[in-house]
Amino acid sequence: MNDGRLLLLALVFAPLSLMSFGGGQAIIADMQHQTVDIHHWMTGPEFADFFALSRAAPGPSTLISALIGWKVAGPLGAIVATLAIYIPSSLAVYGAVRWWHASNDSPWRGALERGLAPVAVGLVFAGAVAVMQAAQVNALQIVTTLLAAGLLIFTRIGVYAIMAAAAFVFAALQWL
Amino acid sequence: MSSESSTEKTSVSLLSLIMVFSRVGITSFGGSTAAWLYRELVQRRGWLDEEHFVTALTICQVLPGANPVNLSIYVGSQLRGGIGGAAAAFGMVMPPFCIILVLGYFYTRFGGSPVAHAVLGGLAAVGIGMTLFIGVKLTRHVRRPIPILIAVAIFVVVGVLRWPMIPVVLVLTPLSIAVERWLLPKKST
Repeated sequence: MNDGRLLLLALVFAPLSLMSFGGGQAIIADMQHQTVDIHHWMTGPEFADFFALSRAAPGPSTLISALIGWKVAGPLGAIVATLAIYIPSSLAVYGAVRWWHASNDSPWRGALERGLAPVAVGLVFAGAVAVMQAAQVNALQIVTTLLAAGLLIFTRIGVYAIMAAAAFVFAALQWL
Repeated sequence: MSSESSTEKTSVSLLSLIMVFSRVGITSFGGSTAAWLYRELVQRRGWLDEEHFVTALTICQVLPGANPVNLSIYVGSQLRGGIGGAAAAFGMVMPPFCIILVLGYFYTRFGGSPVAHAVLGGLAAVGIGMTLFIGVKLTRHVRRPIPILIAVAIFVVVGVLRWPMIPVVLVLTPLSIAVERWLLPKKST
């Protein structure tokens, strides 16, 4: 494993960290673009598999960076990518929380809170489209996606029940 | 609303911060972390009161970074300063980090089988559904024409036209905040 790949991992993930307004969904589009199209670290379907793994595993979805780092540069790559995805945003949060408590009356407080929301919304939907393109989704997957989103929005069914059902159905169809 | 509540205990040890956040990190899955943290921090341990928790959640949702990690930084640094924030975040990330690498190992061993690929395809589809769900939930904060326009512009430019995200965000985020600050002033909540 050479240092150049580790440095490149840090340079790709650290800026993404600071852009992930509203959570990891926001940067999935750019992460896919960088790892697949620009650096050719993996194929689109491989990225989609990593996305699925990071979604099925406990913990934040941004842990997909650990999988990408491992693929690119082994165990050290996993550690470097994970640190790069969490440290910049964590420092920003720490600073913001201190500022937040020091500026109770500032009109900037509400403006910041409301101004970041549309950015987060736009990026989250862009992320959904990026993963669908990367995965080269078929009709069955699109139906599953819409069904899952509908169930999550309109019912109280847990995401794990939905994932288990989807895994079962997709495996069964493969066997047939 | 006062977020400087003085009722919080400062006698929480770093080890118990790591332990509590590790447990939440393992047991919580995408989207449900806030609920688990609420139960653990507000209901079970009383480290934060409810109002403070909601404020923390809002701040952590809009700032960059994974929400569960941000929340652990917030709560940890409230209770024990910067080192507490680091301990809580370490506890939150470390166990899932190990788990996902184990999953990744199995993927490289068995990922080539058609059944494994089909199952991952199904899980990815549900994962995208979750992303849509989170997006829909977030839209409740975006109700007026100009913010909606900004959200749609970002979606089209980044998601459809595939422009690089970072410059787009660097231009539109300050614009969006400035719009809220000067064009759409509203009493702070």
